[in-house]
Amino acid sequence: MKEMRFDAAVVGGGAAGMAAALEFAARGLTCAVIEREEQLGGILMQCIHNGFGLIEFNEELSGPEFAERFEEKVRKTAITPLCSTTVIEMEVEGEEKVLSCVSSGLGVIRLRAKAVVLAMGCRERNRGNIRIPGSRPAGVYTAGLAQRLVNIEGYVPGKDVVIIGSGDIGLIMARRMSWVGCKVHAVVEILPYPSGLTRNIVQCLNDFGIPLYLSHLTTNIYGKDRVEGVEITPIENGALMLEKSFKIPCDTVLLSVGLVPENELSKNMGIEINPMTNGPYVDACLMTNIPGVFACGNVLHVHDLVDFVVEEARRAGAFAAEWLAGKRGGKEVRVKAGPNVRYVSPSKVAPARDNKLYLRTLVVKNDAVLEVKLNNKIVRQVKKSHVQPSEMITLTLGQAELEAAASAPDSVLEISIQ
Amino acid sequence: MKPGSDSFDVAIVGAGVSGANIARRLSAYELDVVLVEKEADVSFGTSKANSGIVHGGFHHNKKYLKARLELQGAMMFDRLKAELDFPFERCGIVVAAMHEDEMRPIEQLYMQGVENGVIGIEMCSRERMLELEPKLSEDCVGGLYAPGGGIVEPYRFVFSLVENAQKNGVRLMTGFAVESAKREGERWTVKAADGRSIKARYVVNAAGLFADEVSRAFGAEDFAIHARKGEYYLLDRMTKCKPARVVFPVPTSVSKGMLVIPTVEGTVLIGPTATAVQDKTDLATTREELDTILKSARNMIPSVSETDVITSFAGLRPFMEEDFYIEPSKKAPAFIQVAGIQSPGLTASPAIGEYVKDLLKKEGLKLVEKADWDPFVRKVPRAKDLSPYELDELVKKDPAYGEIVCRCERVTEAEIVEAIRRGHVTLDGIKYFTRAQMGRCQGGFCTYKILKIIMRETGMGWDEITKRGEGSSVLRGEL
Repeated sequence: MKEMRFDAAVVGGGAAGMAAALEFAARGLTCAVIEREEQLGGILMQCIHNGFGLIEFNEELSGPEFAERFEEKVRKTAITPLCSTTVIEMEVEGEEKVLSCVSSGLGVIRLRAKAVVLAMGCRERNRGNIRIPGSRPAGVYTAGLAQRLVNIEGYVPGKDVVIIGSGDIGLIMARRMSWVGCKVHAVVEILPYPSGLTRNIVQCLNDFGIPLYLSHLTTNIYGKDRVEGVEITPIENGALMLEKSFKIPCDTVLLSVGLVPENELSKNMGIEINPMTNGPYVDACLMTNIPGVFACGNVLHVHDLVDFVVEEARRAGAFAAEWLAGKRGGKEVRVKAGPNVRYVSPSKVAPARDNKLYLRTLVVKNDAVLEVKLNNKIVRQVKKSHVQPSEMITLTLGQAELEAAASAPDSVLEISIQ
Repeated sequence: MKPGSDSFDVAIVGAGVSGANIARRLSAYELDVVLVEKEADVSFGTSKANSGIVHGGFHHNKKYLKARLELQGAMMFDRLKAELDFPFERCGIVVAAMHEDEMRPIEQLYMQGVENGVIGIEMCSRERMLELEPKLSEDCVGGLYAPGGGIVEPYRFVFSLVENAQKNGVRLMTGFAVESAKREGERWTVKAADGRSIKARYVVNAAGLFADEVSRAFGAEDFAIHARKGEYYLLDRMTKCKPARVVFPVPTSVSKGMLVIPTVEGTVLIGPTATAVQDKTDLATTREELDTILKSARNMIPSVSETDVITSFAGLRPFMEEDFYIEPSKKAPAFIQVAGIQSPGLTASPAIGEYVKDLLKKEGLKLVEKADWDPFVRKVPRAKDLSPYELDELVKKDPAYGEIVCRCERVTEAEIVEAIRRGHVTLDGIKYFTRAQMGRCQGGFCTYKILKIIMRETGMGWDEITKRGEGSSVLRGEL
């Protein structure tokens, strides 16, 4: 077996992986990016619609264009991209992390690195995860698979489509399927509000006259060999109104029912996972419970925008580089998700510097107030005209607000939506 | 027999686990045998969706043929595994009593097991049960332990049996739905719905759920096969609830109850329910039944969590009466009925092969052993089971072992290609052979890759690829 040695290894060559790797290169550290697909770019490569890069580049790019800008930068550095290569195991050996990677060209490589950045992204939840009863015919696909088939492989998975779940990929695919001549009969959402971004509801459903059924559950899938239809049931006051169920004939069901960070490799390595995000617990430096292993992007928690992903990944790369340089974190304060907040990432802040936080609410609310308390004392209040679970909230807390924590032991920072 | 000839000594209708065992057994003799199957691939009926258990030999009284065949069949699995390279493990079975009242039936099962000659069967105290199976609920009051019981991957078992039968000369015809049959002189002429026809001196009816229809087509006995639906949940291999042994509840009069099964491949299966259904193609799952399964499983193993659910599915078990119905037809000549094979059919199936071989002999079929019969199938290395060193060696010989196609179950391109070369060209056939699409993403990441490999390897067009045969096309257009 071949051995390779780097200062840092980045698992996953999507937006997060490339952004993190560039930080190592910028500091003269050696770095490998391990990517299982044939090229860098990750899931961006199948996202041929625009809307990427508004924050990062101040312009609207397609997914592949966004990826290309990062890939060009990667190619200009000494970063070693290992494409068509899959990490099958990660272990800690003394000060080093050993990644067993397999590819057809090189066989199994034992790749040694002092620091590792996890950037594996996420996977789509599927029918089994949400337990839709009924038969199991051909024609039930996740929206991301359909996107791959249409945008890259050039195949149309079906003609009469019902989309279950109003996540962004589902909305984007409603428009995409309409463009390729399919009839999208409905988007069905269990919650009383959409799961995707408002701009996607407008551009992908409203502009195409596709009905969105909120507070509706898919209670059956019909069809022996190929999908013949779905049964939809309204939910009123939390109860299924079975007598109001109706059937929508279709030959294809696309599922856009959420994303799950893909952490099986991490779990097998011994990394602790936060059940609220399904991503690793990380400290203020985005480091997991294993020293020298960092996480960023959708493997840490599912983001709305790739612009946020690369921002977070850059910090992860920079923190990892500092860690390699021997810098160890100082005092940290625990962050708690308070009332109406589902999670805050990361779960710790460092009072000695600026901290960027990402959080999601549990509620849909107009004229909300984001409240930050340090040891039960309000240190920041931010007015928000509208909050909803599908729109991630960003927040930066600085030394000024956190300095009280530097002296008090067992400090807690609580963030809530009022 | 000349290749391509349509005249056989024996035709077996149905390539499920019974038909496959019979075919493989007969392949040891100088006979021309054909195995016909109405589905696109073998094992696509009852044999693909069941609990995958080699039973412990204590559930049924020896007065039943099914009990005798179960005991005999269970003993044959070790040798079959060595010959046929399918996943099988004797992990043992426990039956958990959750209430003092259940200890009486446990005692009866134990006595039955002893009478049946089950080796190592044991009545257990609560402490012994919790020692054998620490995941069990604290509420367990005692139970039964049968160390010889085990777990098997039923479709892989059938695939291997059929592959080995084919290697020894048995002809397989898939997509062959028997429509009519006529006896002309010493031969049956069997016609399929698609117009094909074969001739055979003897016919074995191993048509599972449709054995009643096949029997009528031959003018043999008129009986009815009913379908009993069993719904299951499959849980992720990372689940914390995986028991070390198969965990049974105390059985009821109609069913062995809902189990928690550690599958041979590392996932966990919970179920099945048992609901009589009219439509013998109704494989739909229902919200109510699935809720029942979770509740029942949690009653025995509290750590069963619905967040670990990967998928749900249903299988249909054929039943006609209390016992198996395996005997020569009294109405149709040279026609052997192998019907009503419900639980413990999978366990009994190797013995069914033996039993039917003997019945055919009694009916006048001449059995001459082949000098060159080869009981083995060529083993397929599975990347998932290899150490990094072994995998590295393999990639040097075949680089396709370095391409991971299914990340969840770690299946390589080489294994997909092997499945296709062995005749499994539907998405489901490839899934059952390789496990690709069977993991936590359920094909979300790998389906498009598999589609491309099928097209490349077989020359099939995009519009010819199906999930499991005619009507189940995967793609509906091209850009």
